[in-house]
Amino acid sequence: MERMDAVVVGAGLAGLTCAYCLAREGMQVLVLERGDHPGSKNVTGGRIYLRPLRPYLPELWDKAPLERQVTKEVITMMSEDAAFTAQFTSDKFREHSYTILRSRFDKWLGERVVEKGGFIVPQRRVTDLLREDGRIAGVLCEGEEIPAHVVIAADGVLSLLAEQAGLRGPVTPRHAAVALKEVIKLSPELIEDRFGLSAGEGAAHLFFGAITEGVFGGGFLYTNQETVSLGLVLGIDSFLQHPTSRESHVIFEAFKGRREIAPLIKGGALVEYSAHLIPEGGNKPVPRPYTDGFLVAGDAAGLALNMGITVRGMEFAIASGYLAAQTVKQAKEKGDYSATALAVYATLLKESFVLKDMETFRRSLEVLENPRMTSLYPAWVCKVMEDVFWIGEGPKQRVSSTVWKGIRQRLFNLTALKDLLRLRRI
Amino acid sequence: MDPAEKLTLDIFKNDQESHIVIRQEICRRCVMKPCLRICPGGLYSISEETGEILIEFTGCLECGSCRVACPAGALEWRYPRGGFGVQYRYG
Repeated sequence: MERMDAVVVGAGLAGLTCAYCLAREGMQVLVLERGDHPGSKNVTGGRIYLRPLRPYLPELWDKAPLERQVTKEVITMMSEDAAFTAQFTSDKFREHSYTILRSRFDKWLGERVVEKGGFIVPQRRVTDLLREDGRIAGVLCEGEEIPAHVVIAADGVLSLLAEQAGLRGPVTPRHAAVALKEVIKLSPELIEDRFGLSAGEGAAHLFFGAITEGVFGGGFLYTNQETVSLGLVLGIDSFLQHPTSRESHVIFEAFKGRREIAPLIKGGALVEYSAHLIPEGGNKPVPRPYTDGFLVAGDAAGLALNMGITVRGMEFAIASGYLAAQTVKQAKEKGDYSATALAVYATLLKESFVLKDMETFRRSLEVLENPRMTSLYPAWVCKVMEDVFWIGEGPKQRVSSTVWKGIRQRLFNLTALKDLLRLRRI
Repeated sequence: MDPAEKLTLDIFKNDQESHIVIRQEICRRCVMKPCLRICPGGLYSISEETGEILIEFTGCLECGSCRVACPAGALEWRYPRGGFGVQYRYG
């Protein structure tokens, strides 16, 4: 087989963006995807933030098949039998963030790649890297050799290829959370009425507290055009440290059954059940995302960020795919695909919002992983609110006294003070 | 809803052979057996007759949580062959 300029492994956002950029430069690029079509193996929560991506490929996003633009941000803290919700809306939240379903979105992006002259071959699983004189020189695809000047591993969170290339070890429990998700069909009108939205508007709703039964994580609900995505995220390391916790799917069912959740999905029809890993490598990316003839992008490079009330990955995937393509283009001009030539990729990532944001929020995960953040504090908030709103048989205390009493009981200690100071890292 | 019932809503293209191979000799020494609890599909179980770990690989959602959670590396975990396994319509 003729040597391709570039072989991209994985038709996700990183891989397809990279292929799109290379194809429009007239380079020979081949995308290998193990699913039936781009997107068929891909899952998001999810929402995407478009603002950081505007400078990259501005011509693409206006026509992209997005679901609803998020105009409403909702956060709910839950104890075992109560919940406190904060909601935020802003006129500024226009063309800011959109809900998204990946099977449809990635298929569309794949079509754009083909339009520009890129090749996508579905139903092909890459099993190994091809090596020549110690450098990576292509891939092995179910026994078939596919030589290429450069391989871009965009093969997702588990990235078996980046592992083979020696750029990272296997994903450890510390580095991943599992997300369980249901897509539930509801009519657009019902979604808009139920969530208080105008046509085309969407809500993003996050849930923290007792729902994860002590395990680090949380719940989410995103409104799509005619479905809602309801999910639960559980940190694997934290799950392992709770050896008596129930099965992940049982915790998810209990979450769905909560009085705060059940009415939101009432009358809806479950149309898909999915699960996916979220890279949460302590918000640390792969230290060196390149080697001779090889680049790694997106989730595979650990480019994902948990900032507490926002969790991001897709913009990073797209931006890293774009920057990987810039790198390959320069390498082709020089005719040099060695690690030295490809090192510019690391610089481009560092100069972009991707690694800048990851650096800023580098330590946010250690704050969030604190078990008190999932169990103690949400329950405390709920208890104080309960006391504030409750009118019992006896005399009622002033609201200020009730809140003050709550603060004295729970927050007047060294641990809580330290936790408060740690919040600065987010 | 039982996860098995939910999985009937997904599209699966099943291969003959499992893409997950379990090394039972390692599992026998494993006390915690997190695979039984972490799998979103609830696909792992223990055989009542032999005590071996069983997996219903045809319902695998390919998340990889079992691979990551397995403490002793008992799982030889690969993606299903190209064109096989779960095919998401929404994702």
